[in-house]
Amino acid sequence: MTDKLAVKFAGVDFKNPLIPASGAFGYGREFEHFYPLSTLGGISVKGTTGTKRNGNLPPRIAETPSGMLNSVGLQNPGIDHFIKIELPNLKTKDTVIVANIAGSTADEYREIAEKLDKTDVDMIEVNISCPNVKAGGAAFGVTCEGASQITKIVRAATSKPVVMKLSPNVTNIAEIAKAVEAEGADAVSLINTLLGMRIDIKTRRPILHNNVGGLSGPAVFPVAVRMVWQVANAVKIPVCGMGGISTWQDAVEMMMAGASTFQIGAALFADPMTPVKIIEGLEKYVQDNKLNNLQEIVGTVKPW
Amino acid sequence: MKYKQGNYLILSKKTLAKEIYDLTILCPEVAEVAKAGQFVNVKADGFMLRRPISICSIDKEKGTLRIIFEVRGEGTKVMSQLAEGGMIDIVAPLGGRAFKLDQYDTAVIIGGGIGNPPMLEVAKKFGEKGTVISGFRNAAAVILQEDFSATGAETILCTDDGSAGKKGFVTDALKEVLQTKKPDVIYACGPNVMLRRIVEIAKENDIPCQVSLEERMGCGVGACLVCACRTIRNGEEYYAHVCKDGPVFNAQEVIFDD
Repeated sequence: MTDKLAVKFAGVDFKNPLIPASGAFGYGREFEHFYPLSTLGGISVKGTTGTKRNGNLPPRIAETPSGMLNSVGLQNPGIDHFIKIELPNLKTKDTVIVANIAGSTADEYREIAEKLDKTDVDMIEVNISCPNVKAGGAAFGVTCEGASQITKIVRAATSKPVVMKLSPNVTNIAEIAKAVEAEGADAVSLINTLLGMRIDIKTRRPILHNNVGGLSGPAVFPVAVRMVWQVANAVKIPVCGMGGISTWQDAVEMMMAGASTFQIGAALFADPMTPVKIIEGLEKYVQDNKLNNLQEIVGTVKPW
Repeated sequence: MKYKQGNYLILSKKTLAKEIYDLTILCPEVAEVAKAGQFVNVKADGFMLRRPISICSIDKEKGTLRIIFEVRGEGTKVMSQLAEGGMIDIVAPLGGRAFKLDQYDTAVIIGGGIGNPPMLEVAKKFGEKGTVISGFRNAAAVILQEDFSATGAETILCTDDGSAGKKGFVTDALKEVLQTKKPDVIYACGPNVMLRRIVEIAKENDIPCQVSLEERMGCGVGACLVCACRTIRNGEEYYAHVCKDGPVFNAQEVIFDD
């Protein structure tokens, strides 16, 4: 391990820029069977709501060309369980812990942020872009007003670094990014999943019981790169890029588009060892290119 | 316990019936810890998601696992092209809850269609004290009968159309068996309609019952929460996850949808 991958992101020191994405990694317990969690730059934990949620009816997953749809619907044990049971365990793992939060109402976001403010969590990622719950989530993330409102509320509720997780299901994601920056967000992360649908042509039923769900995986990677590039050019706060990254080359591309950290989601399902492989690849990339630090490549795309 | 992800040698490949393949894999580190009812998550080249396949048989001495799968779609079709002498990429052994076998002496072991393979490892434990009921669509789909007989179990074969064994469903055969004996436990794997009826019969006869469920999976290890199934836990409805909370469930905790 070299510190050439180290990055300070929104004021927090990460040993490397790789963060398993919320929803793909639970609270880390399952993946600890494969490698120590200290391998990772950070962990964005399963999206946590004010109270326990059961999630959507199954099926909750459908495979797509080079990707997948999911409609889990924020199944989670609630913020109190997270703080009491999961966070103390995670804090022993020598990696940055990012609490991912979601709410159905502005008050729910406030309440969760206030509770987390009193803990030793390192950072709060605010999900205003979950496509799988009817009330809230994405409803706030698809307008500048909604995104501003939630940013302002969370900002007032905590002194922890606040990362707003943006929805790609919007006309102009750069405008949303500027709106959350103006309300004091420390960083943005993008993209959440793209709303999609598959239908079983034999039964004429959607494969997902929720009818629609969020598309992720390599299929969305070019969309994510484009949006990260647009956002990185529109705001001064740092960007955490995600959407379909599955190799170290994808990570380099995402960073050249303007991301200083990045998240891995669906790729973990194809290969649970993906984070280890990407970190090894990035270490070699830094060496081969004689970089002092991987951050030197951030935003270095040379547009035509 | 640690999960393993690795490429393992395929020692043998057989075709058991139309579109049903039987692989024996050399993976001592997995065989060492695998239990009846657990599964392996198989990489199909070119596909995003792995395919969960139940473990049919475990040979700890030889360090091998046997898995049997049916071609259901494009992914399993790619898997069917895996060759003897080649490698298979699996994550294993998965499944937080295997079949609980130790506290029972006699058992009725039921498999429906491609739900039969995981029952072989169960049957091996009970030997002559097991009764295996296998159901298939027709004679052409029948698999594993010699293997089940070799365990010493009494075997009852049923087909929907009567082209092999008895004509009828495994549930008919189960009711018949229960007229003459009361096993300590019933184990079952197969389509949900079948499991649901077996669970009812087990309840009527006051016999403990364990069922192995199937659901579309993502990570296979319990992190992504997609493979939800409705259960009752502590008196409340809870969406458990087949990969981590199962795939084996106690019959009374599962809510079967209409």
